[in-house]
Amino acid sequence: MKKTNRIFTAAIFVFLYVPMLVLIVGSFNEGKSLARFDGFTFDQYAELFRDSDLLRLLGNSVLISVIASAAATVFGTVAAVGISSLRPKMRRVVMQLTDIPMTNPDIVTGISLSLLFVFVGTKMLGQRDSLTFWTLLTAHITFNLPYVILNVMPKLKQMDRSLTDAAMDLGCTPVQSFFKVTLHEIMPGVVAGAIMSFTMSLDDFVISYFVSGMDFVTLPVEIYSYTKKPIPPKIYAMFTLLFLLILVLMVTMNLLQLRSDKKKEQVRR
Amino acid sequence: MRKLVCVLAALVLLVSGVVPAGAVEGNVPQGSITLNVYNWGQYIADGSDDSMDIIAEFESRYPNIHVNYSTFDSNEIMYTKLASGGVTVDVIFPSDYMVARMIEEDMLLELDFDNIPNYQYIDEDFKGMPHDPEDKYSVPYTWGTVGVIYNTKYVDEEDLIGWELLWNEKYADKILMFDNSRDAFGIASYLLGYDVNTTDEEELRHCADKLAEQEPLVQQYVMDQIYDLMENEEAWIAPYYVGDYMTMAENNEDLAFYLPENQGFNLFVDAMCIPKCAKEKAAAELFINFLCEPEIAAANMDWVGYSVPLSAAKEYMDPELIEDPILYPSPEVQSHGSAFANLDPAVTRFVEGLFLEVRIRNVSNDGMQMLVRWGGIALAVGFVAWAIIYGIGRRQKNIRKK
Amino acid sequence: MKKNKSVILSVPYILWMLVFTLIPLGVVGYYALTDPDTGAFTWSNMAQLGTYLPVFGRSIGYSVISAFLCLLLGYPVAYYIAHRGPVAQKLLYMLVMLPMCMSFLLRTLAWVGLLQDTGIINTLLESVGLARVSLIRTPGAVILGMVYNYLPYMILPLYAIIVKIDGRLIEAAEDLGCKPSQTFTKVVLPLSMPGIVSGVTMVFVPAVSTFYISQKLGGTEMLIGDVIERMFKQGNNANLGAALSLLLMLLVFVCTGIMNKLTDADGEDRVVV
Repeated sequence: MKKTNRIFTAAIFVFLYVPMLVLIVGSFNEGKSLARFDGFTFDQYAELFRDSDLLRLLGNSVLISVIASAAATVFGTVAAVGISSLRPKMRRVVMQLTDIPMTNPDIVTGISLSLLFVFVGTKMLGQRDSLTFWTLLTAHITFNLPYVILNVMPKLKQMDRSLTDAAMDLGCTPVQSFFKVTLHEIMPGVVAGAIMSFTMSLDDFVISYFVSGMDFVTLPVEIYSYTKKPIPPKIYAMFTLLFLLILVLMVTMNLLQLRSDKKKEQVRR
Repeated sequence: MRKLVCVLAALVLLVSGVVPAGAVEGNVPQGSITLNVYNWGQYIADGSDDSMDIIAEFESRYPNIHVNYSTFDSNEIMYTKLASGGVTVDVIFPSDYMVARMIEEDMLLELDFDNIPNYQYIDEDFKGMPHDPEDKYSVPYTWGTVGVIYNTKYVDEEDLIGWELLWNEKYADKILMFDNSRDAFGIASYLLGYDVNTTDEEELRHCADKLAEQEPLVQQYVMDQIYDLMENEEAWIAPYYVGDYMTMAENNEDLAFYLPENQGFNLFVDAMCIPKCAKEKAAAELFINFLCEPEIAAANMDWVGYSVPLSAAKEYMDPELIEDPILYPSPEVQSHGSAFANLDPAVTRFVEGLFLEVRIRNVSNDGMQMLVRWGGIALAVGFVAWAIIYGIGRRQKNIRKK
Repeated sequence: MKKNKSVILSVPYILWMLVFTLIPLGVVGYYALTDPDTGAFTWSNMAQLGTYLPVFGRSIGYSVISAFLCLLLGYPVAYYIAHRGPVAQKLLYMLVMLPMCMSFLLRTLAWVGLLQDTGIINTLLESVGLARVSLIRTPGAVILGMVYNYLPYMILPLYAIIVKIDGRLIEAAEDLGCKPSQTFTKVVLPLSMPGIVSGVTMVFVPAVSTFYISQKLGGTEMLIGDVIERMFKQGNNANLGAALSLLLMLLVFVCTGIMNKLTDADGEDRVVV
């Protein structure tokens, strides 16, 4: 039973990784097609680094993800503290509100935000370009917030209330007790929320596709327009590099975490 | 050969270093400017295949202007993007009927031709055209025809009769079709012998029926994805713009092109315009002027592969292209072509709706059955899984009881 | 006293969410009930929805099947990962997560390269002397694309729940004479219900609204996401598109509502991955 499950799991991983392997192999292909390998070359990588536009778009994506996830993390953590001290009935209503962007299909979220921005910006304020960097950022913060809240809330719930009370008895102001005690306790939730919203922002296509204007476009949106044209293989080179980057990041993060777990264990002993 | 000429043209420009005739120095906008250019995909030489990188060339001549270049697939996508608001675009490249529509809906700015001195090179034939009779809003960029591209390896010669090839069941699932209502309905009306600019509901419905008849044979409805599909021989037959055929044919020698002369075909002009939402009108005019410079236009069109409305550019171009009857059909052939005119917005929306209906008509015929079938399968599989999991448990319980 | 003060902290958030989630939905409603040309009030967009019901049917059919297949494929994997040592768990978890971070557009495109008539699989088949098979542009290809794209969204919540199941409960069940299969159906499966619900929702919602997967793998087949995208991006009919979006949203909320009723998880106990 265990053995079949191991084989099955291995098969699923093959299924998940074969398409990515196809893209990686494609990045070393002399020809343009993914289906036929014409010879080995590094040309696509050279092409990629010559293409300042693609790198700029990657920069755009990273920029918006960093700002949006940072803003959402701070905003969301503060809000979570507030929500957790609401009365239960009110809290349930707020959590339902938080649930809307989580359960709503991305396409509906994207459409509703873009209609709002155009409606307010163009029809009410008469601006020419209402879809800008700022509206895109607002959209990203909006869909990131629930992830932060849903990661932080359980940690706040688990937290021992008497800790903050003790801190305040010892003369801390509420603000101090938040930074010295609460924040420390809920940190894992905050970090998880931050990481999650960063990846959500970085990978988001659907919402950005509807909300972005002309001046500021993210990488996934541009990749979509690339897939409607003959695709330049340098995109595959970019995919490969991003794959390696994320792999390295994930491995180091896990190693660091393992190490700190071990240290904690030693301390406990 | 063609590439060599491109390189030569580029070299001439580089070496000479002289500001080419017609360039305006006085009116160059000052300060750092971002110019939003919104063009069709594959519609400007980008430096690949040893061509001139037109945008880089423009930016190096006017270092204070940065071009933010994005692309669209069809006139309708471009129009929708501008009409729904919220964006700023400085230069667009609509086709004739779309120019007319945008003029009618007051979406274009009048051009200041003092800033576009190279307009003098535009051939007289392309001035005062029906879509912009007073030549106030548009400068022609290219012109061309819509015909049938096919792969000679797979398509029999005897089947090459007009637009019918796209309805030939022998090539089911190997036929591509336009993914925009105007071109698709255009083909249907040529085939049925209607006026391409018909607004008659009955006739339009017949066109829709004809397209619905074709739907089961169609592999995909595409625009620029056609390049990969035709070059890789994933598909064999497709109607498309002649200039793009020229590019495809360079990558796959088996591709050929014909115009269904007897039935009629679309003869189009794509133009450069400045929409109302533009912020950098002067820079936009500078860009348009730049593209009309004969040497630049020549280097550009050698790569783009469409026909040029500037005879002055031809002397810098690959002679093979200039003499190609596919690109420059005789006046006799051209007389069979017709232009799309702007239709009433209500008609346009009606046609758009009909086209979508064509795309989903087969679902509407058996849609509910499909749901029942798939839902049924899902339920059945679910039930079996449930039965296995719980059944085993139940049986074991029974066995134990006994 | 202290509590009342920190309540204020939730006010900006509530305002933000009202302005950027509820009001936009109101704007969608406004568009759905106005005429595209005149901007006057009309029911005609709503009246046209009937035409698109079959497309909704198709979308729902495909995504229900995909969610079910994901559950079937994902559960054993999640179970396997949850029963590894801590280091292996971390590693495998990371491997499931990695594809989610990579562009799904390009990964779907890779399937086009694999499945098309001149693609990798068919070339391989031909080179060993077999006939080509048409894989791409079938309902199966679309469902495959959905399963492939959303499988990690199923595995991760399942894993998060299964790994938390107390081993002592399983031991107790075994001590009380349960067979392994009984332990599974009586203890493990009911306890993993919240993960199943969460996973199914996370697969179903993006699958039912997708427009990219069907464009690339479905040939001429359109899903409801395609229709909506088309209305907004080239049909210039945001009003009908808005009406369709409202219906889609309603449908998703009803489905997820039912799913959440199955387990009595309220928002706070949701499995977040």
